[in-house]
Amino acid sequence: MPATVGWVWLVLLFPLAGFLANGAISVLRLDAKRAVTTIGVGALVLSFLVAVAVMAGLAGAPADAPYVLSLWQWMPAGRLEIELALQVDQLSAMMLLVVTGVSMVIHVFSVGYMGEDPGYARYFSYLNLFVFFMLVLVLGANFPVMFVGWEGVGLCSYLLIGFWFENEAFANAGKKAFIMNRIGDVGFLLAMFMIFQAVGTLSFIEVFEYAPRAFAIGGTAITLITLALFVGAIGKSAQIPLYTWLPDAMAGPTPVSALIHAATMVTAGVYMVARANVLFAMAPISSFTVAAVGAITALFAATVALKQWDIKKVLAYSTVSQLGYMFMGVGVGAYAAGIFHLTTHAFFKALLFLGAGSVIHALHHAYHHTHSSEEAQDMRNMGGLRKWMPLTATFMWIATLAIVGVPGFSGFFSKDEILAATFARGHEAAAFYVLWAVGVVTALLTAFYMTRLMIYTFHGPNRSGEKEQQHLHESPWVMTGPLLVLAVLAIVGGLINLPAVLPGSGWLHHWLEPVTELSAAYLPEVHLSHSTEWVLLGFATLVAALGIIGAWRLLKPAALKPAREAPEETGIQKVLLNKWYVDEIYDTLIVRPIMWVSENVLWKVIDKGIIDGFGANGSANLARAMGWLGSRLQTGYLGTYVFLFVLGALILLRVVTGWEL
Amino acid sequence: MNYEAWVLEALLAFPLVTAIAVLLRPVREAKWIALFATLIEFLISVPLWWEFDPTVALMQFQVARPWIAGWGVWFRLGLDGISLFMVLLTTFTMPLAVLSSFNYIREKERAYYALLLVLTTGMLGVFLALDLFVFYMFWELMLIPMYFLIGVWGGPRRLYAAIKFFLFTFVGSLLMLVAILTIYYYVGRATGTYSFDYYHLLSNIQVTDRWAFWLFGAFFLAFAIKVPLFPFHTWLPDAHVEAPTAGSVILAGILLKMGCYGFLRFALPFYPNVVLDPMVATVVVVLAVIGIIYGGLVAMVQPDFKKLVAYSSVAHLGFVMLGIWAATVQSLEGAIIIMISHGISTGALFFLAGMLYERRHTREIAAFGGLAKVVPLLAAVLTIVVLSSVGLPGTNGFIGEFLVLIGSFGIYPWAVVVAATGVVVAAMYMLRALQRIIYNKLDNPENEGMLDLSRRELAVLLPLIALIFWIGVYPAPFLRRIEASTSMLVEQVRGAQAPAPFETGGRR
Repeated sequence: MPATVGWVWLVLLFPLAGFLANGAISVLRLDAKRAVTTIGVGALVLSFLVAVAVMAGLAGAPADAPYVLSLWQWMPAGRLEIELALQVDQLSAMMLLVVTGVSMVIHVFSVGYMGEDPGYARYFSYLNLFVFFMLVLVLGANFPVMFVGWEGVGLCSYLLIGFWFENEAFANAGKKAFIMNRIGDVGFLLAMFMIFQAVGTLSFIEVFEYAPRAFAIGGTAITLITLALFVGAIGKSAQIPLYTWLPDAMAGPTPVSALIHAATMVTAGVYMVARANVLFAMAPISSFTVAAVGAITALFAATVALKQWDIKKVLAYSTVSQLGYMFMGVGVGAYAAGIFHLTTHAFFKALLFLGAGSVIHALHHAYHHTHSSEEAQDMRNMGGLRKWMPLTATFMWIATLAIVGVPGFSGFFSKDEILAATFARGHEAAAFYVLWAVGVVTALLTAFYMTRLMIYTFHGPNRSGEKEQQHLHESPWVMTGPLLVLAVLAIVGGLINLPAVLPGSGWLHHWLEPVTELSAAYLPEVHLSHSTEWVLLGFATLVAALGIIGAWRLLKPAALKPAREAPEETGIQKVLLNKWYVDEIYDTLIVRPIMWVSENVLWKVIDKGIIDGFGANGSANLARAMGWLGSRLQTGYLGTYVFLFVLGALILLRVVTGWEL
Repeated sequence: MNYEAWVLEALLAFPLVTAIAVLLRPVREAKWIALFATLIEFLISVPLWWEFDPTVALMQFQVARPWIAGWGVWFRLGLDGISLFMVLLTTFTMPLAVLSSFNYIREKERAYYALLLVLTTGMLGVFLALDLFVFYMFWELMLIPMYFLIGVWGGPRRLYAAIKFFLFTFVGSLLMLVAILTIYYYVGRATGTYSFDYYHLLSNIQVTDRWAFWLFGAFFLAFAIKVPLFPFHTWLPDAHVEAPTAGSVILAGILLKMGCYGFLRFALPFYPNVVLDPMVATVVVVLAVIGIIYGGLVAMVQPDFKKLVAYSSVAHLGFVMLGIWAATVQSLEGAIIIMISHGISTGALFFLAGMLYERRHTREIAAFGGLAKVVPLLAAVLTIVVLSSVGLPGTNGFIGEFLVLIGSFGIYPWAVVVAATGVVVAAMYMLRALQRIIYNKLDNPENEGMLDLSRRELAVLLPLIALIFWIGVYPAPFLRRIEASTSMLVEQVRGAQAPAPFETGGRR
């Protein structure tokens, strides 16, 4: 193992130490804001540097087998051997860089964004803890260690969504996220049990090595295992039907939305599928399910994003939709493409959220100055902001062009790869063409709703209020600096994996080959002619252009009214605004019945009524009988009781055993 | 004299001696004597950790003294990988229980602390006894102090709760006594040696096979009530709510484990064929799984925090029962880990409930809210404990549940599928309660001046927190000590899976 790869445990240590230090400062209510900043951001800088060293070490000494660093025996029980072990390979090293890099940038942004919050230390301690768990998730060398990170990030998500816990709705949103994630986690758990049952181990290297012998391709066992794993992914990565927590998660501070609910945690499901690519490739039904759920989610979420007024909600549904693309990619076997889109999405979506944060920050301050209680996240209260916030506007336009897929920007290449890979499998089954078409329609909607967001936020007349306008201003450098970094990445990020028709192609694809080649044997050889690729690229460009121009022509920002004066929506607009009423449906059909049955049937009828009525009334009667008996036999001598007790026992014994006394 | 030879007897004798000291000395010294006594008791037990040989499956530190020789009653004690941690859990919990009572108990202090010490002996005796007569004696011995702890120092409905507790457990233990005497008689008659010796009875247990179902049933009832297995659980919420803090902690932390321990030590090795009988197993496993889900759902709608924790115990113990009945190495080790960690986490929850009660004189969840703002330390500790209770990986709660589920999956896959959803239910009731206590708006003015944890309270909670993470992150030292004995138990149970079905017996 190259020396620097052996340092990988340090990547975990720094954020953990940062969490402990800032956590102590927070709980003990020390006034040490500078120290908090230094510790919180410093931990991430160190962690990022180590990640770079690990990546360099791996690149310098490429190996076919992953490097595994065993820390200690965790759960040894019989033939079950689970070690706390970290795995460094091309996939985890890549994720390591993305996670620590984006996290570092967002930590810096947070210094500005959260600067005046009384919970500053608590915020940074949670944020560091999140990075720690995310890295555990990425580096785990077996399913249980990955699961530690998997649930750990869910915990931090919970803590950070409900960061402003005095608001009951926010605290509810955190709880909802945790519980919906846990529903998915049951799938993850069951998958582990089935894998152990079939293979006798849970370590990645061994499971993936033995899988071809342990499972029949397309067999029931492997299909159930991968479907169960995917249930886990659905929860964590907010896919249908477990996606409703993610839009609610926007209750958290905006940098949290950028880090956890866009760039890193929610992509864990995609990472997991890519990690277990052999298993999924051996289960075609599961893989198709992954792709189909991804495609449907992508389209569905995009429709909701069309009509949201809250700028963060648009981005939240956009994230759900983009995650759908990623699942489409890994579902059709294009694992590298899925990871590619995960990476570029981390850049441009983090940028969009931080940009939105910059806007919200500005608006919030303006309303704060004028003591107005207007909604700082409602786009109807924005408009024309590029005049006051030129940097934010520019950077967000870059991110928009990237997500929409304008040629040259990173999202163009990564989205195209997924669509091309889906299209390429069309000759196997027409269903793949359908998925591809869904992807294209989603791209059109994406272009539309993103342009809508930009127009309503930065263009047209300003609707914030006249007094407020005087207080609007660009964010400080500590916030715009991170935007700049992400903007550069959103532009050039595509270079890591240019499509085959362009020169210098496919670095990421080749880099990930040691990980993805395991599944190559089970996937059909797919090939697109260069002419087909050009046609697809051209078509994608056309769709993006159509969406942008369509939005530009159709939307009339000048006619928009501020939130408080806005008329009520009707018809399909209202349905979209209310997110197809899915939350209400879940609440009516699942949540309320469970609560009602628990309270009125299980507790009041079964527990208090039947069991206790029988048992306790029974025991009350028994007590009364014994009291009566006692009053008859009361002699005041303990000896009598003991005698009667023994006598009773002996009589009982005699009856049961026929023992001759 | 060497440690092995005296430690077990010392562990039993020392609390009794100090109980007398508590009664003889002035009232103001009572709590301090009790604290030092339980601390010394803990220190006496600590070397067991090292002296215990993890490679040995059989009993260690054995002691055997003739007692009532005519009846074949010997004072036989011993310790194996199953009882080791029950003993350590007991000695570890008691000083904390004493310390937590310092402010809460104001009346009849001497009697209170003396009873706690007698209880210590009773509980340790149950875990150490290798003679069924001695076992039964200790089993009854611990019942009495607990009855008084609830009945005298309990809440408003203490008498009802105490009688309910007593009657439920007493009915079970009476049947167990009959079973013990029956086994004693038949084995004695068949071998010519009348003895209550555990190993003597165990190695000749087959002579009672024609009664196996009924004898097993008697043990089963005694232990299932204690666990408690659904539907024998309704004494638990009442007892928990009415008991003083230390009583709840001991009840949940240790007394419930006696039922589980009884299954592991007696029911399983004595009558493996009944345990593995498809019908019996189906019934028990279904009840265990019902307990997991049902306990969780009922916990969710409890307005009283202590009741919520009580019902959550029903759910946790459901996992233990599932693990015991699956009888694989992983599931049994997991069950024992849950027994330990439930003692730690639920103990901590009851301590915290008590601390909240001392501040606000209410246990209503709705009376709190927004506490994270006024008492951040208490809120942080409560969060950690709640997370360990819902089995978050990295805490003790996860290890046990994971091992039970993964170990049971091969035997009862469908039960595991249902049981696994219990982790969702756990998150539902625990996080709901957590939110209503420490989050949301601080809208009750009475909560505004609340004091954060005192040093004494921290001294109670920090050892528990340390164990939560120790077992969560590095449980291997625990598992290694448990493994040999559980492997042997698995062999006893699975190896004895004779092709001939047991007879349900008949009347003569």
